[in-house]
Amino acid sequence: MPEFTLWDILRNLLLAARWTVALSLIAFVGGTVVGLLLLLLRLSGRRALASLVGAYVQLFQGTPLLMQLFLLYFGLAMVGVNTSAWLAACVALTLYASAYLTEIWRGCVAAIPRGQWEASASLALSFGQQFRHIILPQALRIAVAPTVGFLVQVVKGTALASVIGFVELTKAGGMIANVTYEPMLTYACVAALYFALCFPISLYARVLERKLA
Amino acid sequence: MTAASQPASQGGPVGAAHTRVGAPILRITALRKSYGAHEVLRGIDLDVARGEVLAIIGKSGSGKSTLLRCINGLEVFQHGSLIVDGKHLLHDNARAMRELRQGVGMIFQNFNLFPHLSVGRNVMLAPHLVKKRPGSQNEARARQLLARVGLAEKFDAMPDKLSGGQQQRVAIARALAMDPAIMLCDEITSALDPELVGEVLRVVESLAEEGMTLLMVTHEMSFARKVADRVIFMHQGLVHEIGPPAEIFGAPKTPELRQFLSSLHD
Repeated sequence: MPEFTLWDILRNLLLAARWTVALSLIAFVGGTVVGLLLLLLRLSGRRALASLVGAYVQLFQGTPLLMQLFLLYFGLAMVGVNTSAWLAACVALTLYASAYLTEIWRGCVAAIPRGQWEASASLALSFGQQFRHIILPQALRIAVAPTVGFLVQVVKGTALASVIGFVELTKAGGMIANVTYEPMLTYACVAALYFALCFPISLYARVLERKLA
Repeated sequence: MTAASQPASQGGPVGAAHTRVGAPILRITALRKSYGAHEVLRGIDLDVARGEVLAIIGKSGSGKSTLLRCINGLEVFQHGSLIVDGKHLLHDNARAMRELRQGVGMIFQNFNLFPHLSVGRNVMLAPHLVKKRPGSQNEARARQLLARVGLAEKFDAMPDKLSGGQQQRVAIARALAMDPAIMLCDEITSALDPELVGEVLRVVESLAEEGMTLLMVTHEMSFARKVADRVIFMHQGLVHEIGPPAEIFGAPKTPELRQFLSSLHD
């Protein structure tokens, strides 16, 4: 039976961690784009659109991410869409992130005094101009810290992609534990790697919070 | 009358109305507005001539601020019509609303300056975005308007570094930069410390002298008496009494107005 050194374990985990980072980034960037679009729909003043977005947010916040992954992975296959674990994970995490981000940002926009909307409307600015030049710059200042904080949730959320067979950090940890018979050591390394990813982000969020307050 | 033809960039009379001086620049007809079952404006008819200065007084809850906010569409009304400088107010037409709002300046009780922009950029933003006024011309105009309200040296200052009176004067310059035909003032000195009220009122008075059409909701009765051509007393969502200041303050006809005026002296 071959011997595995700590370095062997760590090296393979680090290689798999690249996919965790990639998945996190895609979910975060995708979530930002979709979340921003949803925010604009919500602010556009059309009540039907706003409640539709509200329902979307409730749906994703009220069901486990794991179920969302399952439903997307198996559901898409059932309706005949040829999906991979990678694609399903990207889509599910993007939708999940967009629901949370749009809700975070809605709160930030709501924190901007009504007078800012009224003053800019009185100056004949269009909705797009109001949002871009008056609301967004002010909302951004309060949104940065909670948004970066949410990135930590996304990074940890990617672990669930392991259950549909996507080989990221957690899945790789399980596979390595099976061949090395060193589950404690392996999972400790996995946890340490997640911490190494998340802790700097949390720290950065706190720095931003202090700087922009 | 030269007032109508003088170019704005000369720093001459503020505003650019299409209506002749003395002709009605604002026509409000049978305007009704309610919040749910509660009717706040119960049929307002009002014509305002170009160059006229109107003071609107009344108890809180009488609908005076709501009426003012209807004129630039910040409040939606259910019945009646409103025409500003020849343009009909159409709530569900965003483009028409922007057209109309270009002609209607508004100054708020709480200033509502944009806190993330410098004083100069507060003044220049709307002319740049809406009127596409070229950069150098826009800046020159902003500097000139700030000088006019006595704040030439504050061009690069951030709003939160200014006193309330200074912020309100910036707000006036910001509204003037759009060359409005008519200016709405919603209790613009109510949030100010007493010693800062005068500097803002002096600016408003100078606007009135230059022929700007002004509608102001105010609690400053001595100012209304001095500057206004007509005073409107609103009561329970209606124009209860209207007339020149000497009549309204000197010879009130209705018991409601008499009671309101005497309550001010308590």
